[in-house]
Formats: sequence, C-alpha cells, structure tokens
Amino acid sequence: MDRIVVSGIRKTFQLKPGQYVTVDGEETDRVTVLDGVDLNIRKGEFITLVGPSGSGKSVLLDIIGGLTQASKGIVQLDGTTITRPDPKTGYVFQQYALFPWRTALSNIEYALEVRGVPKRERGDRARYFLALFGLSGFEDRYPNQLSGGMQQRVAIARALASNPEVLLMDEPFAALDAQTREILQSELLKIWEKINTTVIFVTHSIDEAIYLADRIVVMTARPGTVKEIIDIDLPRPRDGDIRSSTEFNAHRARVWEALRDEVNKAQKDWALSPAYAN
Amino acid sequence: MAYISEKPGIGIRLPSIAARGAARPTRKHKTARGDGTFSYGLPLLILFFLLWEIAPRLGWLNPIFFPPLSDVCRSWIGLAESGVLAKHIGISLQRAAIGFGLATIVAVPLGFLMGRYSLFEKISDLLVQTLRNTSQFALLPVFILLLGIGEASKIAITFYSSVFFLLVNTISGVKAVDPLLLKAARSMGTSDVDLFRKVILPASIPSIVAGARLAVKSSIFAVIGAEMLAAKSGLGYLIQQSQLMMETGDMYAGILTMTLIGLIVNYLLVWFERWATSWKGQSDTSPH
Repeated sequence: MDRIVVSGIRKTFQLKPGQYVTVDGEETDRVTVLDGVDLNIRKGEFITLVGPSGSGKSVLLDIIGGLTQASKGIVQLDGTTITRPDPKTGYVFQQYALFPWRTALSNIEYALEVRGVPKRERGDRARYFLALFGLSGFEDRYPNQLSGGMQQRVAIARALASNPEVLLMDEPFAALDAQTREILQSELLKIWEKINTTVIFVTHSIDEAIYLADRIVVMTARPGTVKEIIDIDLPRPRDGDIRSSTEFNAHRARVWEALRDEVNKAQKDWALSPAYAN
Repeated sequence: MAYISEKPGIGIRLPSIAARGAARPTRKHKTARGDGTFSYGLPLLILFFLLWEIAPRLGWLNPIFFPPLSDVCRSWIGLAESGVLAKHIGISLQRAAIGFGLATIVAVPLGFLMGRYSLFEKISDLLVQTLRNTSQFALLPVFILLLGIGEASKIAITFYSSVFFLLVNTISGVKAVDPLLLKAARSMGTSDVDLFRKVILPASIPSIVAGARLAVKSSIFAVIGAEMLAAKSGLGYLIQQSQLMMETGDMYAGILTMTLIGLIVNYLLVWFERWATSWKGQSDTSPH
C-alpha cells in the first residue's frame, strides 16, 4: 500500500527583483529545481534520496513535509493532498534545530506540546524516547552542553515522540564525525525496525544510502527528476560488517554508476545554487 | 576561517565543543578576573576618598563648596535617620519604575510587530527614528506644557528615555531568530500564536534583556535630570535644592546616593541577565 504519492512535482524559484543568474547560457530570474518528480513510497519503507548538489533533494523533502509549496503537481499522504505540515510527519534537520533555551527533555516535549498532548503524558513519553536513544540522565542538559551526536539523538527523539507515520530526514548525520555517524546509523535502523515508520532520508553518502535503505532514489542534476530507483535487497537486521560484503560492493558500484554523470553535470552549475538556497 | 568553510562539518561543530569545554572554566576565570579587578582597583579608590577628605581640610579646596568626605557621611546619616533620604529615593525609583514599565508594555509588542512584519516596519521606521533622535530633555518643556508639572511629566520623560532602547533591541532580537528554528517549529505544526510565545519570544529574550539594562539606567538618569529641572521631590530635587541652599553636605550625600543606586541597579541587572540567558552556558556580559 502506498503511503506517499508524489506526482508531477515541479518547483521553480523566483529570484528577488534585480537578481539574475545564468542558466544554460541565458540570463534569467527563475530557476527550475525540480522538473516533474514522480515517486510512490510504500508504508513502512525506508527510502534514501541521493543526487548531486542542487538536484533539489532538500526541496523535495520540504514539499513532502508541507514546508514549501510546489509550483506544479501534488503530494498525497494516505490519499490526502499535503498543503501544510502534517501532524503525522516528523522532520529531522542536518543542524539539529534544537531550541537552545530548552533542556533535552523539554525539547522533546515541545513536539507534543504543540500537538496538544496533556502535560503528564508529555513528560512520560519524552523520557521514554530519551531512554530509547540512551540519553537517560541527560534530561536537564541544554543543547550546548551536549555533543553533536547527542544533540542529533535528541532531535530524532523529538521527531519520533509524536509517533509520526512519516519521518523526513535531511542529511541528519552529515555534520557528525565518521564514527558517530556509523553508530547513529545503526541506532536509527534498530529503532526503525521496532516502530516501522516510513522514512525518507536525504544523504550525500552512497554507503549511508545503501546501508539504510530498502530503495535508493537517485536524482538527476538540476533540474531534478528521478533518474533511477535501486532496490537494496540486503537482509535485515543489518549490522556494520555488511559494508564489506560483496553484495554491498555491487550496490555501491551500481549507485555510483547511476550518479556519476549527474555529478559531472552538476559541477557545471555549481555557482547557481547559492542564488536560490534559503 | 578558510578551512572552516571548506569543511562545514568541522566549522559547525566547533562552537558547541568550545562552549562545552569552556563553559565552567570561563565563568571561573571571569569571577577570578572580577575579584582581581576589584582588589587592584581598590587602592586608587581609597586614595580618591582620602584626597576628598584631606583636600578641604588642608585648604586646597574651599570646604564650603567641597566639604570633607567625613562631613558628607555625617550629612548622609542625618538625612537617612530623618527618613528624608528614603522618601526621596522612593519617589525617584517609583517614577523610573513606572516609566520603564510602561515602556516595556509598549516597546515589546511593537518590537515584535516591527521585527516580524517588514511592511509594518517600513511604515513605522521613519517615525521611530525621528522620535528616537530627539533628546528627552529637550522634550521636558513639552511634557510639562502638555501634562503639567506633576507626576505625569516625570513619568513621560522616563518612558521616553527608556522606550527606544527596548524597542530597538526587541526588533533586532526578533530579526535574529535562527530561521532553522522557525522551520523546525513549523514542521511540528506550531501555530502562529505558539510561534511567537514559544519560539520568537524566548529566542529574543537575551536581546530584550540587554536592551532593558540600558533602558533602566537611562530611565533613572532621566528622572534625576527631570527632578533637578522641575520637581518638588525626588533625589534630583534633593541635590538641586541642597545646592541652592548651600547645604553642600546634603548635596554630596545625594550625589553619592545616586552613585550607590546606579551600582546596585547595574549589578542586579547583570545578575538578571545572566539568569535569563543561563541556557547559553556562558555569559558574555561584563558588569560594566
């Protein structure tokens, strides 16, 4: 059964008055980032999204999350068209985005507060999710008293505390060091196998994409479309050693094959993306 | 800086590591340095007070215009014992507090609107800048003409002298809220009201409190000034009246009281600022 249906999504950014960029040799104040994305995502599926810089991965995630309006096309969540953030969706950002004036516990409670969960239940559930990520005893720490890995654990706990049916993750481990990254990847998999929520995970790392995914969606260079969808049939539960297996290596070669031309193409308009980012 | 921008991961993690590692040592270092400054600075302050005591006694200064410190202390004790001093302090602080309170009520909501809605700011900014750059003392005659010589004109001048500090800092606090936090809040379905209450307000508190610190000082200075120019009570009136009556002991007692109040209020505000921004982990405020 399809949980998320993305059909014909196009996104064009209109630059600020007076700003121009050169696209394919022509001056313009409009940049098309997504050009007709179609994607069906099944319930409980773990999808990773890879593609060169500027292929619109994050923009697509924002559209699915209801944070940005598409210029054309629709996204449906369980048959309902998304026009604004859905309470059934959780979002995790690369830069953690924790509220620095709230403690770890109260950051998680925030997600429940704004969804109207009663006070007592908030505390219990927030404590449960902190414990799930091995952060019992850190309830009263402020974000700047936690390491990057711990902050991202809190942020994921915050996203999961409201029992979302969809979890959107935008390069959540990109700012972490390699060891912490691998630890968090396997923690995330363990928890996901328990709760079986649908995950869409944007990453630049091919290894990360293969290790986590049921299916990898490879995006083309800008304007982004779906180039290829690669099934990752590695058995679950997966442990870290799987990375050195022959099957894993075969997948790695295949994903890189799909990605290489697009990365080369993207190099040509690297100067473009700052114009419409943010 | 170059290597930080090349490796965003490292650049981003640096501040948090620095904050974590340095939070406690920094604070210790600060207090140590604070004590150090005090003990280093004490001899010069004592020398100043000694000179104050000796100069009039040796005839270097006319003791009628500049009585020795011990005489000033005696006058101060006299004023304190008679209850006159407490009365004047109470009146001055009350005026400053009412003016400051009204300024907060007006400036914070207005600052929120101006910081959040650019059209609102575009419309109101020119008027605010015009008013902000008009001296509150130049306006005292206007306040007296409009509001009379009583309490209202004093409160008006304290209001006027504190409102812009609060307004400007509220606006900059609201504008400086990390857009990522707003995005995260929206992704969790935060309503517009909650966005103000639970994200924008707490995020801009440090900036608002910093503005409040300036505003409180400014409102106290303004009330003293106004009382010296036109009043029948308050510390400013006490100082001015003592000078006219050539009660110079009382005059200096009043001035020293002002200094003392200034010091106490400043340290209270520094403490309050530390408390309000304790989540930052390290305080970059100095008691000056």
